Amino acid sequence: MLLTTLLLALQAPLVVTPGGVYPTIAAAVAAAPDGGTVRVTRGVWREPTIRLERPIRLLGEPGAVLDGEGARELVVILAPDVTVEGLTFRNTGNSYHEDRAALHADEVVGCVIVRNRFEDTFFAIYLSRTTSCIVRENVVIGHPTTESATGNAVHSWGSRELRIEGNRLEGHRDGVYLEFTRHATVIDNHSTKNLRYGLHFMYSDSSSYTGNEFRGNGSGVAVMYSHDVQMVNNRFLDNRGATAYGLLLKEIADVHLTGNEFGNNTTGLLADGAERVQVRDNRFTRNGWAIRLLASTSDGVFANNTFSGNSFDVAVNSRTVGAEFAGNFWDSYRGWDLDHDGTGDVPHHPVRLFGTLVERAPAALTLQRSLFVRALDAAERVLPVLTPRQVVDNAPRMTRDAGRMP
Amino acid sequence: MTTTLRLLLLVVRESLRGRWLIGLALLLAALGELLLRFSGGGPTTLVSLLDVVLILTPLIGLVVGTMQVHHAREVTELLLAQPIARGRLFVALYLGTAIPLAVSVVVGLLAPFAWHGLLFGADGMQLLGLAGAAALLALITTAMAFVIALRADDRVRALGIALGIWLVTAVLWDGIILLTAMLLADRPIEVPLLIMLALNPLDIARVLLLLGSDAAALLGYTGAIVQRALGGAAGQVALVGLLTLWILVPWTLASRTFRRKDF
Amino acid sequence: MIVTEGLTKRFGKRVVLDGLSARIATGRITALLGPNGAGKTTFLKVLLGLARPEAGRIAIAGELLDGSPEYRANIGYMPQIVHFPGHLRGRDLLSMVQTLRGTTVKPDLSLAEAFGLTEELARPLGVLSGGTRQKINAVLAFAFTPALLILDEPTAGLDPLACRVLKDRILAERARGTTVVISSHVLAELEELADDVLFLADGKAAWSGAVSELTQKTGEHNLERAVARLLGGGMPYLAVA
Repeated sequence: MLLTTLLLALQAPLVVTPGGVYPTIAAAVAAAPDGGTVRVTRGVWREPTIRLERPIRLLGEPGAVLDGEGARELVVILAPDVTVEGLTFRNTGNSYHEDRAALHADEVVGCVIVRNRFEDTFFAIYLSRTTSCIVRENVVIGHPTTESATGNAVHSWGSRELRIEGNRLEGHRDGVYLEFTRHATVIDNHSTKNLRYGLHFMYSDSSSYTGNEFRGNGSGVAVMYSHDVQMVNNRFLDNRGATAYGLLLKEIADVHLTGNEFGNNTTGLLADGAERVQVRDNRFTRNGWAIRLLASTSDGVFANNTFSGNSFDVAVNSRTVGAEFAGNFWDSYRGWDLDHDGTGDVPHHPVRLFGTLVERAPAALTLQRSLFVRALDAAERVLPVLTPRQVVDNAPRMTRDAGRMP
Repeated sequence: MTTTLRLLLLVVRESLRGRWLIGLALLLAALGELLLRFSGGGPTTLVSLLDVVLILTPLIGLVVGTMQVHHAREVTELLLAQPIARGRLFVALYLGTAIPLAVSVVVGLLAPFAWHGLLFGADGMQLLGLAGAAALLALITTAMAFVIALRADDRVRALGIALGIWLVTAVLWDGIILLTAMLLADRPIEVPLLIMLALNPLDIARVLLLLGSDAAALLGYTGAIVQRALGGAAGQVALVGLLTLWILVPWTLASRTFRRKDF
Repeated sequence: MIVTEGLTKRFGKRVVLDGLSARIATGRITALLGPNGAGKTTFLKVLLGLARPEAGRIAIAGELLDGSPEYRANIGYMPQIVHFPGHLRGRDLLSMVQTLRGTTVKPDLSLAEAFGLTEELARPLGVLSGGTRQKINAVLAFAFTPALLILDEPTAGLDPLACRVLKDRILAERARGTTVVISSHVLAELEELADDVLFLADGKAAWSGAVSELTQKTGEHNLERAVARLLGGGMPYLAVA
């Protein structure tokens, strides 16, 4: 049995060409043996939705384009171990009744979607209840106007062991949307200019994302109602707007944030109902707020991070804060290190008086960098009693660059 | 027109001969050089430079402007006794005072950055924006100084008023805005806030520069109206327009005073 | 001929010119007399357009002044002691005025020569004495062959020798046909110059007419006494002079 499969796989691919043996993709797919390869040649192919019901490899030559003519899904994967590679998917049209996707995989194992291109698709890749699928090095580009006029670039519902790697995801509602998806790994993707989130976790536990760049999305990443999420070496950049943030943590627990960079966001990290969050070795640079902690946060640890050029390093909305700060570098720290142990001699209170005023009246933000606000800051230095005390770093690091804390 | 131009050249020459404008430029350049040395360029330097522009430039415009008008008072009388229309004389006096002042401020601000080759670097646009705002503020505050000096004949009193106006526009007005924002925190205050900001050219310049700086990230938070009114290129153009209007207001006042004044 | 009608000028509540009507004859020297605060300087400034009257009209050589500045091209004006910025030189002032008059005719510096201060014209005013600066002001007024000279207390601060030089020049100007208005509260200064007298008191022309008429009327040949007599001797400020 194994041998036959192997032999069949080594057979020559079925080539789809106009006027050839297989003039349509559907004809080739129907004729292909299990494990066989269907090769689509250059050209624009307009066919009814292609259903892959056996484990085959659908391979596009350069310039092979599947066009949905604004009316339908293009490929549906219904069998295990299907590979879709090198194709350009185009123009599915929008649908307000169904989650129409260019490439749809439903209850399959081991699908591989690699090096495809998706242009103006509603959903690009839609995975429901898949196991061990791989989405790698695809390029997804949309030109949406409103959030409802587009779906997600990569959408996963109820999948397991999903790996999303090295894709470029642009111009959709969410770059990556994971719902009830366990053990997902999201690595080295570039998610930009999406209307809602670069990456969106809902009820997706035990997942990790590493080395991704989220730039200029409505908001960078939202992790909601999930447990045990690792976020390492990602870049959250240029998320601006009244409700924009680099990373939103909402109703989550046991999350690790390590080595990430937050830059030029209105809010870098917003934690609302986050339990046991470990934030270490991250850089917060030139954000409006580096970190906003809402009252519902508890048992957080913020250690060895670097804060520089932020308008506000930390903002809180309550008198007590469930987070500990230690060993962070604060460019606003004015203390000395007379005993040369690398940490400042007096504690640092990163919440500014002006910051708390802004919490009450956001419109006061227009007074940033005015002499009056500077005078407030100066008054805080002279009369430390003015500084809000909720947040304190008892061992502020003196140098910007430091190795990781054990 | 040629008379006005001749006059303008004359006044400019006089402004330059006073040498203090050169001193002013050197002072600002020294300050910029210090900033560069101690903050090593980059965003910190730009923030400090923003302070120089927003705080020092209006102070210079108001004080130096007031002093220049009084200083030139007797020459002005001599000129008025010549066959020259007052309107032209005013244009020449104002431009001849304000432009060299603005130029020396801009040159002083940019010189150290040009010297270190940073003018066309990553922050070049922001530097030029700062310089532009400084020039506009110099023109505005000099026009204000003309109003003050032409209405208060006593030098000390005029200087006192100039400093008072600086204190209000540079510090107190923002305090009032903050207080208003705090007191009315629960109500929609964006529109009155925008109006209050627009009433102070220093605030307009500050918000304009904020929009071009890192701090702009925050303005997104200030609510829909502020964002819609100020964000985007149209908002910035509107702010520059407002600043220009802020030259015209004191200009018109000063010109009227000058044309009716008894010397 | 300069004719003014009903000139009124107030500074705040103080009425400085109170419906002043007067005539100043062409080609003659008119002494503008009156106590301090009588409105002499204000009157001259109104003639020059430096101060704006609330009411009244002025005609110079038959032309009614309407705010256009051209008529000032014919006026040489020497203000009361002024302090130009110290870095300016006499030369600068001269070229400034020349520029504004748009004339290419070289300024007449004969008065500077007569004062003996040709060199001082090239030095900053700040280093010169008050008297020298006043002489330079005089040079400025006479430099552009004006048809009308307005001299406000021209001799204040001048030494007797310089006074003599200046007076000679004023007489020479009259000989040339220039109209001269000189204000002074020191009557003796004008004794030998004045053809006519315009006496201001409380913003009005208290008396005006030819010096000869004045002396005839009063029988006094001394201008000072004549004026005193004319006014019935009831003006204590004249006793000071």
